[in-house]
Amino acid sequence: MVTVENLHKKFNKNVVLSGIDLNINEGGIFAVLGPNGSGKTTLIKTILGMVIPNKGAITVLGKNIKHNSEYRSKIDYLPQIANFPSNLKVKELIKMIKDLRGNTNEDVRLIKLFNLEPFLNKKLGNLSGGTKQKVNIVLTFMFDSPLIILDEPTTGLDPISLIRLKELIQTEKAKGKTLIITSHIMSFVEEVSDEIVFILEGEIYFKGTINELKTKTNQPDFEHAIASILIDNHA
Amino acid sequence: MLKILKYSFYDLMRSRWSYVYFIFYLLLGVVLLFLNNNLSKAVITLMNVIIVLVPLIGTIFGVMYYYNSKEFTELLLAQPLKRSSIFLGQYLGVALSLSMSLILGLGIPFVFYGLFKSNDIWDFSLLLITGTFLTFIFTALAFNIALSNENKIKGFGYAILLWLFLAVIYDGLFLMSLILFEDYPLDKLSLFGTMLNPIDLSRTLILLKLDISALLGYTGAVFKKFFGTNFGLIVSIIMLSVWVVLPVLRIVYKSNRKDF
Repeated sequence: MVTVENLHKKFNKNVVLSGIDLNINEGGIFAVLGPNGSGKTTLIKTILGMVIPNKGAITVLGKNIKHNSEYRSKIDYLPQIANFPSNLKVKELIKMIKDLRGNTNEDVRLIKLFNLEPFLNKKLGNLSGGTKQKVNIVLTFMFDSPLIILDEPTTGLDPISLIRLKELIQTEKAKGKTLIITSHIMSFVEEVSDEIVFILEGEIYFKGTINELKTKTNQPDFEHAIASILIDNHA
Repeated sequence: MLKILKYSFYDLMRSRWSYVYFIFYLLLGVVLLFLNNNLSKAVITLMNVIIVLVPLIGTIFGVMYYYNSKEFTELLLAQPLKRSSIFLGQYLGVALSLSMSLILGLGIPFVFYGLFKSNDIWDFSLLLITGTFLTFIFTALAFNIALSNENKIKGFGYAILLWLFLAVIYDGLFLMSLILFEDYPLDKLSLFGTMLNPIDLSRTLILLKLDISALLGYTGAVFKKFFGTNFGLIVSIIMLSVWVVLPVLRIVYKSNRKDF
């Protein structure tokens, strides 16, 4: 589905990714983990073509993404910080994205699911962080693309919305789609993901299932396994 | 690209500033016509305002729009759109809405004053054409500066400096070099120097069209011989187009290599 070969990226002198090789197979939920500043978001943004790598190649659905923009129609992306044009209304934003990407009727169901009807005529600048994140989720899930990338999807969500989001993720997975998720909430990752990849200082430290990670680190639970990697590498 | 252009254009049309800009030109046109009570004199006064003000507004609006629409841009970058169409669409949206404010704001009072029955229609059209060119040039330069500077304050600073340089400092340096080398024949050099600055080029182009070049002395005669002809006019228009095309090409080049 997505292959990353020997990916290097530095911002000025700050090396963020140094030689990432990654192969993400079709179907299932794939979690990208790592401490703050380890390069998770940069990795995702290079897959989306928003960050241009210094070296390396990325293929999405069998096509090299260099000088290509059409492949993004096969990706639904939920950005980490929901930054929207603040003078647009929620309704107008949804209409605009539909105009740019193609029509869909899924938005009606999603708006109901997240109780966004009272906010449709409000400007995005006046919404709370959690409500913005819900709008963000609606924009991401309203299209039916084979690859879904979620960068910190749980930020600011209340418990009910979090349950709805998990259900939504499971329904998409059941349709045979591939989901790439980053998160710092370990319980969330443990609950939803099939496979994880752990990035440390721009390199892949571990790739496999959660059980494999527990055996490797000799820790009884997932949270401690991750913590032990961090302690071993920073002490 | 057309969809991005449409959204940027509507976005600007809904903002207060395009109306302020439009109303400013409307008032300027009305007041000048009222005070001068003469079309061709109003055109000359207008030229002095346009030559300085249009580049300034184009620069500031361009930089401001780029930084303000950062969120919108990031949203668009994750969609199946080419980078060049995103940025060219935004650029054209800004440049077109500014040009529209200029053309409508000045055009309406002049048309009501009886522009179409007057011989000054060509001078006035030339004024609007150069004004539009200047808008496109300086908006493109502003986008270039904003693309190269992540820091807003720096971006604004460079943009203002650029405007100050081309509108004021360049003339000063030019004049000083003319005084310094006054023993040499300078008409070719000054012609060349004028060509390299879009503000100077526009000013000279309009002044000579208005037939007041006698005020300019010997160099004026050389200029008149060049700019007064169709050849000069065509060369000037080509130069102004080059001033639009080069920064636009750099927008495309730069935006394809930038990280967001």
